[in-house]
Amino acid sequence: MTNAMPLDTQSPILRATGLNKRYGDRAALIDASFELWPGEVLAIVGESGSGKTTLLNALAARDQPDSGSVEFQLKGGALTDIFTMTEAQRRLLARTDWGFVHQNSADGLRMEVSAGANVGERLMALGQRHYGKLRATACDWLARVEIDPARIDDLPRHFSGGMRQRLQIARNLVTQPRLVFMDEPTSGLDVSVQAKLLDLLRQLTQQLGLASVIVTHDLAVARLLAHRMIVMRRGRIVETGLTDQVLDDPQHPYTQLLVSSVLQP
Amino acid sequence: MLNKNKTSTPPEKIVDSHENQAVDQHFNFAYLDERTKRMIRRAILKAVAIPGYQVPFGSREMPLPYGWGTGGIQVTASVIGPSDVLKVIDQGSDDTVNAVNIRRFFQRTTNVQITTQTQAATLIQTRHRIPEMALTEDQIIIYQVPVPEPMQRLEPRERETRSLHGLAEYGLMHVKLYEDIARYGHIATTYDYPVLVNHRYVMAPSPIPKFDNPKMHMNPALQLFGAGREKRIYAVPPYTAVESLGFEDYPFEVQRWDAPCELCGSRDSFLDEVITDDQGGRIFVCSDSDYCESQQNSAESSSAPTAQSGLKHD
Amino acid sequence: MTTPVLRLTNVSKQFTLHHQGMTLPVLHDVNFEVAAGECVVLDGSSGMGKSTLLKLIYANYRVSAGSIQYAQSGHAPLELTTATPRRLIDARRHHIGYVSQFLRVIPRISTLDLVAEPLLAELGHDERALKQAREHAGVWLTRLRIPERLWSLAPATFSGGEQQRVNIARSMIKPRSLLLLDEPTASLDALNTQTVVTLIHEAIAAGAAAVGIFHDQAVGNQLATRRIDMTNFRSITCAAQ
Repeated sequence: MTNAMPLDTQSPILRATGLNKRYGDRAALIDASFELWPGEVLAIVGESGSGKTTLLNALAARDQPDSGSVEFQLKGGALTDIFTMTEAQRRLLARTDWGFVHQNSADGLRMEVSAGANVGERLMALGQRHYGKLRATACDWLARVEIDPARIDDLPRHFSGGMRQRLQIARNLVTQPRLVFMDEPTSGLDVSVQAKLLDLLRQLTQQLGLASVIVTHDLAVARLLAHRMIVMRRGRIVETGLTDQVLDDPQHPYTQLLVSSVLQP
Repeated sequence: MLNKNKTSTPPEKIVDSHENQAVDQHFNFAYLDERTKRMIRRAILKAVAIPGYQVPFGSREMPLPYGWGTGGIQVTASVIGPSDVLKVIDQGSDDTVNAVNIRRFFQRTTNVQITTQTQAATLIQTRHRIPEMALTEDQIIIYQVPVPEPMQRLEPRERETRSLHGLAEYGLMHVKLYEDIARYGHIATTYDYPVLVNHRYVMAPSPIPKFDNPKMHMNPALQLFGAGREKRIYAVPPYTAVESLGFEDYPFEVQRWDAPCELCGSRDSFLDEVITDDQGGRIFVCSDSDYCESQQNSAESSSAPTAQSGLKHD
Repeated sequence: MTTPVLRLTNVSKQFTLHHQGMTLPVLHDVNFEVAAGECVVLDGSSGMGKSTLLKLIYANYRVSAGSIQYAQSGHAPLELTTATPRRLIDARRHHIGYVSQFLRVIPRISTLDLVAEPLLAELGHDERALKQAREHAGVWLTRLRIPERLWSLAPATFSGGEQQRVNIARSMIKPRSLLLLDEPTASLDALNTQTVVTLIHEAIAAGAAAVGIFHDQAVGNQLATRRIDMTNFRSITCAAQ
């Protein structure tokens, strides 16, 4: 399986058009639009209050925007507005073709159920009924995210933060989604643990040809993982382009400020 | 009043006179007022129309506390008619305190004929067992249910479980079974074992032993379930598919005993363990008292029927 | 002459530093073409914008004005200044190589895997592809005299010269039709410099086009099929705005 982005693909895998969202008086998201193509990794960076989480939640159908559309290319099908789908269709999508890695792993895992069950749940939900195969698949994925497969029966509450994040990734990727959303996946983790996680994300993204939208405030994470970057400020997209270009040749005053503020170790 | 049209054979045995109760004239027939019965019947119709689906209903205050079978009693009270013959069992026995009290309640409020014989009954209210003897199309069995939601332990939010049922998202049920196998080497659930009804809804069959689950499948009788505290009614219509959940390589299995029933010699029925002395001596006897008795009688005569066989563990 | 691989037309670049309130003009009206088999060496003192020009071609920087066209036989020319990100990424992955002065070290990745990575885009990521890519990477590392005992280590602790050689291997292991070389031999000794010169010669002989900056005149002389003096494209410095 190569990660070549087929240029003859007719449509983007995700398209956001004119997204707006208000919370009372505050405009959290203003006229956000972009396209994402299969295999592309897009970083959404911005400081607190920039609207990046609001945008992510709109894209992942977790929160309906006030106006605008989010279209997703269904497997073998055309771009479809996700908010015109039924709840059932969206939930199925969220379990199969999409992944969502939460900032806090407890939000993305069942903490009272074993690691193996966490990884296997999506498969069970899709009708997999062979215990042996489920277990084998879970072991395989635990190894891929560098968790000792011997811990397959352990509860996530006995895992470290980094391990829980990796378990979350395995739980999401087991159904081979084509699009993965990540909300600050490395925040709160020790630096060495972050490195391991980022490396894993980088490799898996490439190997599986995943399209990915990563919200982060850490520019280094964006540079390492993302092909493209969107910079947000006060609800608006102020700059967009190739990651290295936005970081090395920032055009917008805010982007310049952001880039120059980052400490270089 | 629900009137079951049938040609019935008169019951062979009516309980002793000390249990005969005078009908209490202060209550409506079967205690509940007619409007309540109508409401419950509507719920029952809906439940029958959607096998395995939990229908909310306006559970009434009954003269016994929650946890003592108020749901089952309300269902029975809504379907019982003057010509019905009622059997009430608790853990398979007709003569426990619960069974006696519930039976007495219906005698006082309906004056219907009562029986301990499964074959003679038209209505059977049960707590935690299905009679060993096969039921017929003329019979209704009514289960007392404590917790109607099969996923309650895993997902306590009702809003979420309603969505899961509505969308047929049952991965969570299998997660529970998976955990059992991972932890114990086998599925640890031995009662209230979840089933898939009519290939659509996952249902809690009430705390009957899993031994009884196969009896629910394609049963000629109408099976009704009432949960009073949780205010839910559900149903399995006659001849409906009821499959116990499991994995391909860890399929559903019923319990087996090494010894036969001490009293009647049956190897096909669910056995209770009875401790006989302080040295730990034990015997196994049929849980279904009516069945055991008829088996003992057939030892003399050869006309007594045998229990319907459940799924056998190979 | 055959269709040029690269064509720059009226390319200008100025940096607008909003927070310092100033504009830095660097390049003005750059025009030239490069054909397959050519190695164009950019001449000029420091600050003339040589590095900037390479970065503009690589789309690491945005032009302020002008057009940069990349043409590959059998395909329509790609306007790099307005191309969509995915086209640019595709062009970088398959066609345009950039050898920078500095190796960007990715934590935890071994030298061998770092060099093998560009090949995996085409070969895939299965076991067989990985093995093949690593073998090929080994050949390059050997050629650039990186001892085998270092191959399994991440290059973070290598010397500047070693890092640069790893960088070159990674950037050149996959044949590309356009090579952008930014001081590739800056931190190398004479022996390794010659190896790199040979590698560049081989790439060009294979049909690549190259644009390069070499601080060492002699090296430049060995490689250049043509030289361009950057003073021609110098911008007039404006006063702070």
